[in-house]
Amino acid sequence: MSENVIEIKNLTVEVADKEILHDVSLNIQKGEVHVLMGPNGAGKSTLGYVLMGNPKYKVTGGSILFKGQDITNEPADKRAKMGMFLSFQEPLEVPGLSLASFMRSAVEQRRGETIRYWNFKKEMKAAMDVLQMDESYGDRSLNTGFSGGEKKKSEILQLMLLKPDIAILDETDSGLDVDAVRLVSKGIETYREECDGALLIITHSTRILDELPVDYTHIMVNGSLVTTGDASLVDKINAEGYEAFLK
Amino acid sequence: MEEKTYVEDVDRSIYDIKNEETDVYKVSAGLTPEIVEKISEEKNDPAWMREFRLESLKTYNNMRIPDWGPPIDGLDMDNIVTYVRPNTKMSAKWSDVPEDIKNTFEKLGIPQAERASLAGVGAQFDSELVYHNVRKEVADQGVIYTDLESAMHGEYADMIQSHFMKLVKPNDHKFAALHGAVWSGGSFVYVPPGVTVEIPLQSYFRLNSPGAGQFEHTLIIVDEGANLHFIEGCSAPKYNVANLHAGCVELFVGKGAKLRYSTIENWSKNMYNLNTKRAIVEEDGVMEWVSGSFGSHVSYLYPMTILKGARSRMEFTGITFAGKGQNLDTGAKVVHSGAETSSYINTKSISKDGGISTFRSSVNIAKSAAHAKAAVSCQSLMLDEKSRSDTIPAMDIRSATADVGHEAKIGKISDDAVFYLMSRGVAEDDARAMIVSGFADNVSKELPLEYAVEMNNLIRLEMKGSIG
Repeated sequence: MSENVIEIKNLTVEVADKEILHDVSLNIQKGEVHVLMGPNGAGKSTLGYVLMGNPKYKVTGGSILFKGQDITNEPADKRAKMGMFLSFQEPLEVPGLSLASFMRSAVEQRRGETIRYWNFKKEMKAAMDVLQMDESYGDRSLNTGFSGGEKKKSEILQLMLLKPDIAILDETDSGLDVDAVRLVSKGIETYREECDGALLIITHSTRILDELPVDYTHIMVNGSLVTTGDASLVDKINAEGYEAFLK
Repeated sequence: MEEKTYVEDVDRSIYDIKNEETDVYKVSAGLTPEIVEKISEEKNDPAWMREFRLESLKTYNNMRIPDWGPPIDGLDMDNIVTYVRPNTKMSAKWSDVPEDIKNTFEKLGIPQAERASLAGVGAQFDSELVYHNVRKEVADQGVIYTDLESAMHGEYADMIQSHFMKLVKPNDHKFAALHGAVWSGGSFVYVPPGVTVEIPLQSYFRLNSPGAGQFEHTLIIVDEGANLHFIEGCSAPKYNVANLHAGCVELFVGKGAKLRYSTIENWSKNMYNLNTKRAIVEEDGVMEWVSGSFGSHVSYLYPMTILKGARSRMEFTGITFAGKGQNLDTGAKVVHSGAETSSYINTKSISKDGGISTFRSSVNIAKSAAHAKAAVSCQSLMLDEKSRSDTIPAMDIRSATADVGHEAKIGKISDDAVFYLMSRGVAEDDARAMIVSGFADNVSKELPLEYAVEMNNLIRLEMKGSIG
């Protein structure tokens, strides 16, 4: 039986009194892979932020349900604890907060129990191995001084440890070289294998999608979802661009 | 894991233990030559010290209250009791310390810390040390760690006389003069040439009496090639009347010697903390300051280092956290007079709930200090719109070969960073506390573990409040 992880119903969003998402509806079921494409400035990242609960954006209409529960007004930390994850396009740097100690407390929040230091270390090392990250990254300040590629790996590391029911990946492959894309994809695959997590992938390119079985592709233009199709829509867009959808 | 109750102030319940006042002896409030003489007599001063006190009192009366910093109108000197002697003699045995005083220190974790990781401990209660102990192996190295009063009469009497308030002279400022007149308690440390004290020595100052002043004097001499880490902790319960702390710290770092002086100050928020600290460093000597200022209502605190000998160095790492009702004026000063001397001042300040934090730095490079190097870096974090943070740097460079750098940054907690941490399941106030602790990390890294833990607890409590 199918199970909705996320149901977005007629979502309308404002920022600074300006409506930027209009009547967006979208369902994602357990384990599904959705791709969200669209020209720059279409509102894709905004949708990601709104789903995760960024207080900068005001939901003026519609609702978001997570596993049937209305989370439209819940703060981000609660959504994360329930099982949502957002991989940031530009992960923030937090000097003085080590990646390992931060992740340990985040994972403890997610699982609702304390985790022994050594067990956590082992778990983190296993995930780091997949991403070919040196263990010493754990002792470094969260994202501070990381290169673009290292930041994206750090996001996927967090995804692998938190094991959410759905992960929104915002431009995770942008700015990565071929090898890094391959490693990041491997991390995402591991996540899917381990917990059958759903994905909403915001991307411009197909590189990250090569290894993933895409179920649906959505096109967003000017804050509205204009079309939904299957995996072949990705190739079509890449060949022809968005022109057909621009009015 | 939910602990959302927000209280405006830190839970200071550990610090707020008030002992019933059972002082045997207390001079009356206000300051006259008679009172100073009485203190001198009570303390069995040698003649030169008695003279020194009375001279200092004259200086005090002739000097003006500083008017360039935070207001200290709340401080009425006629109402400050200068000398409060606890109802006990100093002891080297913890079991001899009276029960109530012992309880206070037990709750503050002092004897536990001594057992765990300290080479020696002094504990001062109001005006007098109540406990002083040094590990045998440290004493066997020839290290002297004692109270200043008995040192004045013993083997080191001349050393005290030739160093006492020579670095910070009574005419330095009004509160230095006051200190010269009424000082009481504190520590004397002497580390002989070439001796390295492997684990830190610690003094803990506790002011218990309402309306009292604490005027302890710390005199440390680290002889040629010797090495010492000294830790100072301070706290007091909160009373409704103003308390005054006008301590004085004089540090002499010999040729090729190294001294690290760490402080975690958490006076209660009715305290006027007008403290003076100064170090002089000989050739190739190293002075390191680690300073955390969390408490007090008003603070004036600018530890100064004189880099006298060639190639001497100093590093100052400090953090100041000004919360509601606090006006903390802190910083560091350095004077380069030796050639090829170098200094690095690195401070962080945090202000919250209308707290005011002012950072002053002063760098002087004399003509004699060829190829001196000085760098100052100050970062401030303001946690809300009501709070204030200022940076006031001063530089006086008289050497053409000096290499001087200054950097100041004032910032706020980024909402995006808070959202980022929250998106990983961390509650908003925890996220803020994590960012602030991270900001303070370079200081906590420099502290011994239990102090780093205490500092992080203080930050967490300041950030989120707690359920009592």
